[in-house]
Amino acid sequence: MHFAVVAFPGSNCDRDCFYAFSEVLQQKTTLLWHRDPWPADIDCVILPGGFSYGDYLRAGAIARFSPIMKSVVEFAARGGLVLGICNGFQVLCESGLLPGALHKNKSLRFKCEKAYVRVERTDTPFTNQCAPQQVLELPIAHGEGNYYIDKEGLKRLLDRGQILFRYCTPKGEVSEAANPNGSLLNIAGICNERGNVVGMMPHPERNVEAFMGNQDGLYIFRSIIQAVGGQVRR
Amino acid sequence: MELTPEAIAEKKAWRSMGLTDNEYELIVEKLQRAPNWTELGLFAVMWSEHCAYKHSRALFHLFPTSGPYILEGPGENAGIVDIGDGLAVVFKVESHNHPSAVDPFQGAATGVGGILRDIFTMGARPVAILDSLRFGPPTNREARRLMDGVVSGIAWYGNAVGVPTVGGEVQFDPCYNKNPLVNVMAVGLVEHEYITKAQAEGVGNPVMVVGAKTGRDGIHGASFASAELDETSAARRPSVQIGDPFKEKLLIEACLELAKSGSIAGIQDMGAAGLTCSTVEMAGRAGLGIEIDVAKVPLREEGMTPYEIMLSESQERMLVVPKKGREQMVAEILRKWELDAAVIGQVTADGMLRVREGEKIVAEVPARLLSTHGAPCYTPEKRAPGKCGRGRAELPLAVPEDLGAVLLKLLASPTIAGKEWVYSQYDHMVLASTVMLPGRADAAVIRIRGTKKAIALSIGGNSRYCLLDPYRGAQIAVAEVARNISCVGAKPLAVSDGLNFGDPGKPEVYWAFDQVVRGIAAACQALGTPVTGGNVSFYNESSGQAIYPTPIIGMVGLLEDVRQVVGSGFVQSGDQIFLLGENREELDGSEYLQVIHGITGETAPALDLEREAAVQSLCRELIAGGLVHSAHDCSEGGLAVALAESCITGGIGARIALPAAGREDACLFGESQSRIIISVPPAKVPSVVTAAAKAEVPLLPLGEVGGDALHLELPHSSVHIPLADMAEAWRGSLGRALG
Repeated sequence: MHFAVVAFPGSNCDRDCFYAFSEVLQQKTTLLWHRDPWPADIDCVILPGGFSYGDYLRAGAIARFSPIMKSVVEFAARGGLVLGICNGFQVLCESGLLPGALHKNKSLRFKCEKAYVRVERTDTPFTNQCAPQQVLELPIAHGEGNYYIDKEGLKRLLDRGQILFRYCTPKGEVSEAANPNGSLLNIAGICNERGNVVGMMPHPERNVEAFMGNQDGLYIFRSIIQAVGGQVRR
Repeated sequence: MELTPEAIAEKKAWRSMGLTDNEYELIVEKLQRAPNWTELGLFAVMWSEHCAYKHSRALFHLFPTSGPYILEGPGENAGIVDIGDGLAVVFKVESHNHPSAVDPFQGAATGVGGILRDIFTMGARPVAILDSLRFGPPTNREARRLMDGVVSGIAWYGNAVGVPTVGGEVQFDPCYNKNPLVNVMAVGLVEHEYITKAQAEGVGNPVMVVGAKTGRDGIHGASFASAELDETSAARRPSVQIGDPFKEKLLIEACLELAKSGSIAGIQDMGAAGLTCSTVEMAGRAGLGIEIDVAKVPLREEGMTPYEIMLSESQERMLVVPKKGREQMVAEILRKWELDAAVIGQVTADGMLRVREGEKIVAEVPARLLSTHGAPCYTPEKRAPGKCGRGRAELPLAVPEDLGAVLLKLLASPTIAGKEWVYSQYDHMVLASTVMLPGRADAAVIRIRGTKKAIALSIGGNSRYCLLDPYRGAQIAVAEVARNISCVGAKPLAVSDGLNFGDPGKPEVYWAFDQVVRGIAAACQALGTPVTGGNVSFYNESSGQAIYPTPIIGMVGLLEDVRQVVGSGFVQSGDQIFLLGENREELDGSEYLQVIHGITGETAPALDLEREAAVQSLCRELIAGGLVHSAHDCSEGGLAVALAESCITGGIGARIALPAAGREDACLFGESQSRIIISVPPAKVPSVVTAAAKAEVPLLPLGEVGGDALHLELPHSSVHIPLADMAEAWRGSLGRALG
């Protein structure tokens, strides 16, 4: 199994994701600079969080033009697994791999805190280790995480079951009070129609080790390892 | 418009650059000629208070600066502390007060950028930011505007650059209404073998400028920071630099790669006084000279003069001295990170800073004369002021009837209230190493990957104590920050200080400065935490009124096993609560007197450094032995506020019985030093009692964790407040005040 973490200029969670896969989960992992050639045997690619190109113009708007994105788009078209976290989600929306857009938080302020999301589907490569409706505790840290899509687009998302994670209370109740950024329907993460490309605002790599007080991020990463036929270490 | 040497002399042009007549005469005497316009500019910035520490450095010899863990004391860009396993912590505190007063967003943002460069210029990866902020009360509209700008600026820069802002503190007082304080501490990690120094080693080695292009921003920023704020300060906005955190992030990665490449002899960031300061300091440390050609500096604006290029404070730039023949390698590393690199000169043997523009020499001055070795050093007159505070004796001060209402009011007062509104705007988790999230413990805790160790970080200082007694106030600042570190179980290792004062030409200001330096020195000596560096910011005045003397202490500690760490919140119902240390009847200087009665009191709380060291050592011993579930320092608001905070943070109540001798308000809200509240599982109580007796530290049983309220039983009254009410007062008030 071979995982890749892409570093755009300005990415800052690339090393955290790399550490989670290579050290915590003991998987073969490569950190790819955005100008590096695409290794042939990649099973899953992570677009990490951070501020690619300083979020200048709009979060993710410049990174989508970086050289490696051509390979990412082709990889996704071949059915390869793509996970965009935070800024990576923004890049996926900007590049058209996922529908919708991420607006500024309703509060207009950056927000970093513990959040809870409810897993809406467990039959995907990213959630197969979760129980139906399981609540995951995952930190958020973003200024532009307010997911928006037009009415038609939202209907398609709903019809095709593309909503994977929704912000909720610790008990799993999806409510206005549990929505940290004004996201439509409390959306925290979605997938494409085929289910091989996922974007999510929360940071699973920040809840993977015991000292972090919670290891719910492992549910997502272990799901991916399971999906690509790797050995899930407990 | 550049003047000729004659016109400079005629118009006394040095005055507008911040130099005195005597200083100009000294320059002429040392150069044995009149300086030209560009040279005068070099002297103005290098001899500014900001760069030359001319009113402060005479006292620095008082600080203890060496110790078993200290790899690098003052003198380099930042201090370096050994933490074992071949690793070291690099850290420093620096202020950005004046720029933040004029342009709070960019002022604070570039403050973060500047102190980060001091860290990664030494080869260390920045792993944490903490900030200590001072504003006028949130009821003041201008103070709210400044606070919003400062917090947004720190968030914008720190979040984008990818270094977690893991801790800090905010205090409020009207003395900061127009002159906020922004002291930032940056912390980095480095393997010993990759430590790089800011020395221009090796005659003939090339000199390169790398990173961002040079523009006209920030010219004379260092001189600006060395004068009082007045009505014309807003017009100095062009003296404030503009930050680009994206470029800084690339520069971090490029510089860390340079440090590991073995291709460089020295590297220094360009902060205050830009190219001038970096060339002078790098040459000065190596005892050599530097010759540069400003025509070779990559510019982002056309038509810049040598004067402007030398004085520009454009951000995100570094001066690099590669080993001879490695220029290409350096340029390639920079190119990979999409940054500029240009050879602009070379290291020389003659000790001169020689600036050319093509063939023409535009400035030629001994580097040593420009540096702190050549700059004047003053010890101004000092005079103890009359009584500073207003005493209790002046007022009939009755003990309030409803002490519960007092507690709620204190919990909601801005200095004491929870700071979630601030820290939730900062990414405090990036790098995935934050062990204790903000608000969960007395100090920030960062684990060290590849080891079981963690470092603990804290910053703070109570300026009201320093107003009332600067010597003791400064000692308390050191003691309390060390106590924060001990409360998570870590051993305090070293200090970096930010000294913020008014105009040192005022005898009362200089007296307080002198007292504060002596106080810090004494406390650091007693607690075994040497001073590795820091920053002095004078002229923090507006409308002729100085701020309170405000020393800010930043400290690093080491926790041998991260699994031992404890937080400040109560954990388990049934745990026994004890006080390490003792209550004294002390109200002076307290937040209670200020908030409830509107007076400061007459003096700072007492401090016995020996007792302080014993209490902290015992606390660490108990934590290392796994005997306590939580530890929390008693600071602003006293015992009652500390207990309330442990309840709120832990989400659980407590029943407390206090055998108060004397005034009950003093027992609850007095700010006696050297006190730590611990919670102990019942089975461990005998061990704790034995350990305390052995350490000869008073151990006072306070009560028991449990329930959903804080109940305080006193001889003549009682207080009972539901947890939800306390949380509401403490958590929500700052957000409500700031919107």
